[in-house]
Amino acid sequence: MEGSPAYDAHVRFEHVRMGFDTRTVYEDLCCGFPRGRISVLLGGSGSGKSTLLRLIGGLIRPSKGRIFVDDEEVTGASESTLYDVRTHIGMLFQGGALLDSLTVFDNVALPLREHTSLSAGEIGETVREGLAAVGLDDVDRLLPGQLSGGMLRRAALARAIIRAPSILLCDEPFSGLDPSSVKRIEMLLAKLNRERGITILVVSHHIASTLRLADHALLLLPGRAVEGKPAELRRSEDAAVADFFDEDMAVEDFRPTATETRTP
Amino acid sequence: MNPTEALRELGWRGLRVLAELGQMLVFTFAIAKATVRPPLRAHRFVEEIYNQGFLSLIIVCVSGLAVGMVLGLQGYNTLVRFGAESSLGTVVGLSLIRELGPVLTALLVVGRAGSATAAEIASMVTSEQLDGLRMMSIDPMDIVVGPKAVALIFVMPILTTLFVLFGLGGAYFIGVGLMGLDPGVFLSGLKSSIRFSDDIGGCFVKALIFGYLAGLIATFRGYNAVPTAAGVSAATTSTVVVTSVAVLIGDYFVTALWGFRI
Repeated sequence: MEGSPAYDAHVRFEHVRMGFDTRTVYEDLCCGFPRGRISVLLGGSGSGKSTLLRLIGGLIRPSKGRIFVDDEEVTGASESTLYDVRTHIGMLFQGGALLDSLTVFDNVALPLREHTSLSAGEIGETVREGLAAVGLDDVDRLLPGQLSGGMLRRAALARAIIRAPSILLCDEPFSGLDPSSVKRIEMLLAKLNRERGITILVVSHHIASTLRLADHALLLLPGRAVEGKPAELRRSEDAAVADFFDEDMAVEDFRPTATETRTP
Repeated sequence: MNPTEALRELGWRGLRVLAELGQMLVFTFAIAKATVRPPLRAHRFVEEIYNQGFLSLIIVCVSGLAVGMVLGLQGYNTLVRFGAESSLGTVVGLSLIRELGPVLTALLVVGRAGSATAAEIASMVTSEQLDGLRMMSIDPMDIVVGPKAVALIFVMPILTTLFVLFGLGGAYFIGVGLMGLDPGVFLSGLKSSIRFSDDIGGCFVKALIFGYLAGLIATFRGYNAVPTAAGVSAATTSTVVVTSVAVLIGDYFVTALWGFRI
């Protein structure tokens, strides 16, 4: 893909090359993610989906090319500039990345304590509102290790959005969760996007739910990337794109249904 | 491997060691910067004092007592052959204050608090907790690395003092309580032989330097750990090994430079 995208891109990649040791992840990646929309990143294992999120956050740097977040170039930015850029970005890590020595309350309160001059009472109120927004009550005194997978992911989501970011990066938010937790997080993300206008980027192997959720999709294929509306990608005549979705559907078909699991 | 390859490998290893020493120097400056940069995070520092100092108290005190008792027993049995058992206080005092106190305390603290620090930071790297902090615009040096490293420097002289005091107590118990040495002889030997600037000052300087080495190596190894279970294990093991060797080598140089007999 060449040139600027037709939409208002909140995040933009221009000719980005990225690799680890001898393995090249992207050779010349050009793509964008529309402002105020939910985008889904698809691709096989090792295609660089999580790497892309880490590049946006400036946690790793590309070997070539430019990355823009809100028209500010983060490639080659100093650490202090990156810290400024990150104040507008929330990130939900795959494992939650909550500090295990702090309670849920202290984890969610941490960005407020570090970056705002709010009083203890105001912080308490904001944190409780944040936890309530993700459907968590009465867990603020618990340690992350005492939460279930779904609760942990929601607590991490509460921390990621506590400072009202304009971009939310979600790395595998549905992995390892039961269907009701998947549905719950899916609804939360949709609500955040709808009510707060946050640009959301979701990396997921959970194709069905992410395609249902997303306005925009980026499929990372070996040596290239394809982007568009999810429905368009599903109907694509590109053999590699069609293969990706066909294989995924085949995997879905192999998953046992509830009835099958009950059959002796 | 032919001699050329062996030489090349040796050269590469040497360069890697030099590069790591340079990185550690930069890391030291980063810790110093994080420590003085406002806001002051006193509660994090106090927590680390508790974790690294208070929780090491028992092993340090018990070990100090045991070492003192062994020194008392061995010292008495040796000195009595030469009719010099009255010098027990001098021998035990100088041994503990000059060498055994700072060195053994450092080795004990590295084994308990240093390894725990490296493992904790390395597991935070593995579970993306440090990246999580960075994404919240919080420098991990400020709230994780800095307080842990500085706390180790701070607690080492205190723990060394306790080790020495318990060691002297153990030696007193053996020499005076069991062997029947006169308490006044033991204490006057101790008092007359120890010089504040040479012995106690040297002990304090050693404890500070060993605390710095332990804090730096433990946090550096944990921070730069490979984000895997094996990486956590490697960081922990290398912290104990490298710090122990660094303490023993450092002990010689501090001893020599502080004006003790080489």
